[in-house]
Amino acid sequence: MQHGKYRFIAGFLALPVILYAVFVISPFVQAVYYSFTDWTGLSSDFKMVGFKNYDWLLHDDLFWKAVGHNVVLLLVVPLVTLGLGLFFAFMLNVGGRGRKNAAVSGVRGSGLYKVIYFFPQVLSIAIVALLFQFTYNPRNGAINSFLDGVGLDSLQQQWLADPKLALWCLMAVMVWSNVGFYVVLFSAGMSSIPRDFYEAALLDGANRIKTFFKITLPLLWDTVQTGWIYMGIIALDAFAVVQIMTVGPGGPADSTQVMGYYVYTKTFHDGQAGRATTIGVAMLIVTLIFAVIVTRLGRRERLEY
Amino acid sequence: MGSEGKILNVFSHGILVVWGLLVTLPLLWAVMSSLKTDKQIFTSPWGLPSALHFDNWSRAWSKSNIGDFFLNTILVVGCSLIGTMLLGSMAAYILARFEFPGKRFIYFMFVGGMSFPIILALVPLFFVMKNMSLLNTFHGLILVYIAYSLPFTVFFLTSFFKTLPSSVAEAALIDGASHTRTFFQVMLPMAKPGLISVGIFNFLGQWNQYMLPTVLNTDEDKRVLTQGLVQLAASQQYKGDWSALFAGLVLAMLPVLGVYILFQRQVQAGLTAGALK
Repeated sequence: MQHGKYRFIAGFLALPVILYAVFVISPFVQAVYYSFTDWTGLSSDFKMVGFKNYDWLLHDDLFWKAVGHNVVLLLVVPLVTLGLGLFFAFMLNVGGRGRKNAAVSGVRGSGLYKVIYFFPQVLSIAIVALLFQFTYNPRNGAINSFLDGVGLDSLQQQWLADPKLALWCLMAVMVWSNVGFYVVLFSAGMSSIPRDFYEAALLDGANRIKTFFKITLPLLWDTVQTGWIYMGIIALDAFAVVQIMTVGPGGPADSTQVMGYYVYTKTFHDGQAGRATTIGVAMLIVTLIFAVIVTRLGRRERLEY
Repeated sequence: MGSEGKILNVFSHGILVVWGLLVTLPLLWAVMSSLKTDKQIFTSPWGLPSALHFDNWSRAWSKSNIGDFFLNTILVVGCSLIGTMLLGSMAAYILARFEFPGKRFIYFMFVGGMSFPIILALVPLFFVMKNMSLLNTFHGLILVYIAYSLPFTVFFLTSFFKTLPSSVAEAALIDGASHTRTFFQVMLPMAKPGLISVGIFNFLGQWNQYMLPTVLNTDEDKRVLTQGLVQLAASQQYKGDWSALFAGLVLAMLPVLGVYILFQRQVQAGLTAGALK
């Protein structure tokens, strides 16, 4: 019996573990190793160079520019996405006060709103990026021609070609494609908050804004925190939007260069795989720091209900 | 309904409708553009198409190879999804219900993969694949899709298998069923709701994957939908065949949007199940 059990365990685990070790674990480990080499990625010979790549990285202007853009992405995209997600979810669930004699209720048709808001979430980020590349097109794109149509042609821009605007255009797309997910996620969380909490607060004379900050947000905090980490990882990546939407490599005057895309160009355009993996390791470090900060900031007393 | 409620309702709906329009208008604009002639796309970008030029769609499907990209994607995602679900549920079942040395290590090895940036692994992975002659092959791409879907699948299904009652499995074992048989005939059917949630999550993730095929699959004939469309856009914009490009984009969007509208409840639940933990 015992013998049979271990054979069964080994039989069931062997394939998934091997596959995972070969294609996921080993590349991650190798990446750290290669970051200490002068590997070009083209030939199989390379030598160890110690911390030379890391030293190069510290003095590479483009890398710091990419880090700067990633930090902006990391601060703006999750903040706006989660903020809008919370706002819409709150309106959908608590916004329609006074219906059916209930003290709090969702607005009518909240199910339909959720279905529509979720559309972008099921589309590939590659397809979304392409769609908006067309939408931002200065000549026949939806935005400029819309502005023209309503007489606001002075607001027309060379959206993605303008170094001052390009990064913001990408951020708008990232927000656009992710808000619906958080509306649905937060709605699910809000609908499980007992109604009498709101009713008690209303009796005490709290207004809607107060109930949001005193009841909804604290009770939803765990979900918000998880969402923040998810959104942060998406914001740190940004590979597809940068590669597809802005002229390369890295946008007009490197204005949309990000770490993820820099890794890609260093390997496949510049033939500097060693340096590329160094950037990747730096990216990993930033990700970990970010995750630690979010978890630390979020550590507060758990509210049970 | 008091007047305060009424005003608030109007205000709420107003804002909600604005975001609804922001979400749908770009999609509608793309659909309209896909039915116009190139000239119309330039002269009246927001106008309705004069006639419905479905010939754009057929041109995109056959001449711009969208049809081939579709078939490639269906093949790759179909095989990957089956492999992911099978291997993922096998590993999760063991990790959830058996005690053995090294169990915690294996579990955290899988789950740890969820938090690392894939791009970091991508460069060495490219060369791992190259050495194994797996670059630019469907089976190589399938294996990679499966491997990178395992962390979440194992994580989600392990906690799911833990919630299932163990009495049923024990009864089956006492009746003389082997472990393997118990798994396939008793446990998997019981785990169906969890399998559906994680299956939807993986299906969309793999169908929408862009970075992995872009780096690991550069053979023109083997492109999947997302990368094929992006590469098509890069080449077609110079040729100026915008209507076919829009048609390709719409053709790529319609199936997932259709599936989503049909199964929106399950899709929303499946995708958000990942974040709720």
